[in-house]
Amino acid sequence: MNIQVSTPKTSALVLRVDGLSKQFEMHHLKRTLFAFENIQFELGEGEFILLKGENGAGKSTLLRTLYRSYLPRAGHVFYHTREGIIDLASAADVDIAMLRRREIGFVTQFLNARPRVAAEEVVAEPLRQAGTPHAQALVEARRWLDAFGVKKQLWAAYPSTFSGGEQQKVNLARALILPQRLLLLDEPTASLDRDARRALVDRLTELKAAGVAMIGVFHHPEDVADLIDREIHLKAIRVEDGER
Amino acid sequence: MTALNVDTPAVPKRQPPRLMLAEPIMTMRGISKSFGDVKALGGVDVTVYPGEVLGIVGESGSGKSTLLRMMNLEDTPDTGSYNLVLPGHQDRNLFDLDRFERRMLRAHHIGIVYQNPHLGLLMNHTSSGNVAERLLIAGNRNFAELRERARQSLAASEFPTERMDATPCELSGGMQQRVQLAKAIALEPAVLLLDEPTTGLDVSVQALVLDTLKRLQRDRAITMVLVSHDLGVIRTMADRVMVMRRGLVVEQGLADQIFQDPQHAYTQQLVHAEL
Repeated sequence: MNIQVSTPKTSALVLRVDGLSKQFEMHHLKRTLFAFENIQFELGEGEFILLKGENGAGKSTLLRTLYRSYLPRAGHVFYHTREGIIDLASAADVDIAMLRRREIGFVTQFLNARPRVAAEEVVAEPLRQAGTPHAQALVEARRWLDAFGVKKQLWAAYPSTFSGGEQQKVNLARALILPQRLLLLDEPTASLDRDARRALVDRLTELKAAGVAMIGVFHHPEDVADLIDREIHLKAIRVEDGER
Repeated sequence: MTALNVDTPAVPKRQPPRLMLAEPIMTMRGISKSFGDVKALGGVDVTVYPGEVLGIVGESGSGKSTLLRMMNLEDTPDTGSYNLVLPGHQDRNLFDLDRFERRMLRAHHIGIVYQNPHLGLLMNHTSSGNVAERLLIAGNRNFAELRERARQSLAASEFPTERMDATPCELSGGMQQRVQLAKAIALEPAVLLLDEPTTGLDVSVQALVLDTLKRLQRDRAITMVLVSHDLGVIRTMADRVMVMRRGLVVEQGLADQIFQDPQHAYTQQLVHAEL
């Protein structure tokens, strides 16, 4: 697979992906699983790229590789930070951790909440990490929980006891409470009701207008039709057979 | 299927480009230690950054607790250097400090919670006395102030302060760990070392202790090094993870990368074995 998409130079560059490849070495099976190869694209401020492809095409893998939850096999992800340009493919872990706190958000359909932490505290945490006083962070967290339709009586409850849809709303509020510079969106609307989907699209529209660059996979792409600037189509993975 | 060979070389250590968004608070280089013919540590490097939780995971005998004892200056390696960035502190190898200097540095700048409370607490002293002892070593001599600061530290560790005059022998395992924690954080250490702090506690108590640690880390930005063989604990707590095997670091990375995309055969085996 060789994907090359150029970016119209209408906005400041946020991301330049060059020759990015990913494969999984599955030692216990002595197999190599190829996810994608030689992906190239650029993403500017306020741009929105939709990733398309069938199940298993590598869409989520690409997002996780950009976020560095997965390590790329080859290639570069040049990210234009507020401090300078850095290759996310090879940057030090500590720099990636700092960028995740300050500039790069990952929005997924799955909530990884610790037990016995109230929903409002889960949502407020990114603000608190950024230095916002506790009381102020809680006020903002409640505003976002309300915006995504989480009932008031659940704000002080533990999200681990919530339904999948409610957990996802908490997750979205947490992921979107801080304005990021780059947002990676992995099926954020899956299993959301219509009102919550609308709230999400409203927030994404605000962020796009504020210059946030976004790339994502959507279960209902029609929800974000008005936001999409370009699309990238990924083809299915291939498995390298035989023992290594 | 043939048995998985996990005796493969460590994942190569990268020298990545740095944005220098954070400077290390702790640096250890080339730490080696042998006990007789047994090599416990074979040249380990560790870097810890302010405010993060570094998780160290590995099977029994991998060297993780030995490494933690080195960090607490309880032991000296055969080779290697150790530096902590502390206000007004000279840039020197901490393994060169004498016994008294080590004790003072530990009292002021390093906190530790052991798996076994008997190692960290005086079991015939009161809980508040155990915390006050740490303050006494650091030079505080005012009784009323000692007691009040001990109470504050116990409260921060979510210990029921109405029981602060009970001895650790009269407390449950979870409460004993909270007293150890209160003692460890009493002087706001530069780094908090946690050696299997929840091992042996029942699941609900374990979760409460982890919640307390997480809250302390969030509210006070305490830098922590957490050793555990429990992947669930590491997954819950750590920002970065070091995987050790037979005295060597076989792989290290961001916690989500280690759990979602482990590179080394041993790490894959470890992660896939998690219940």
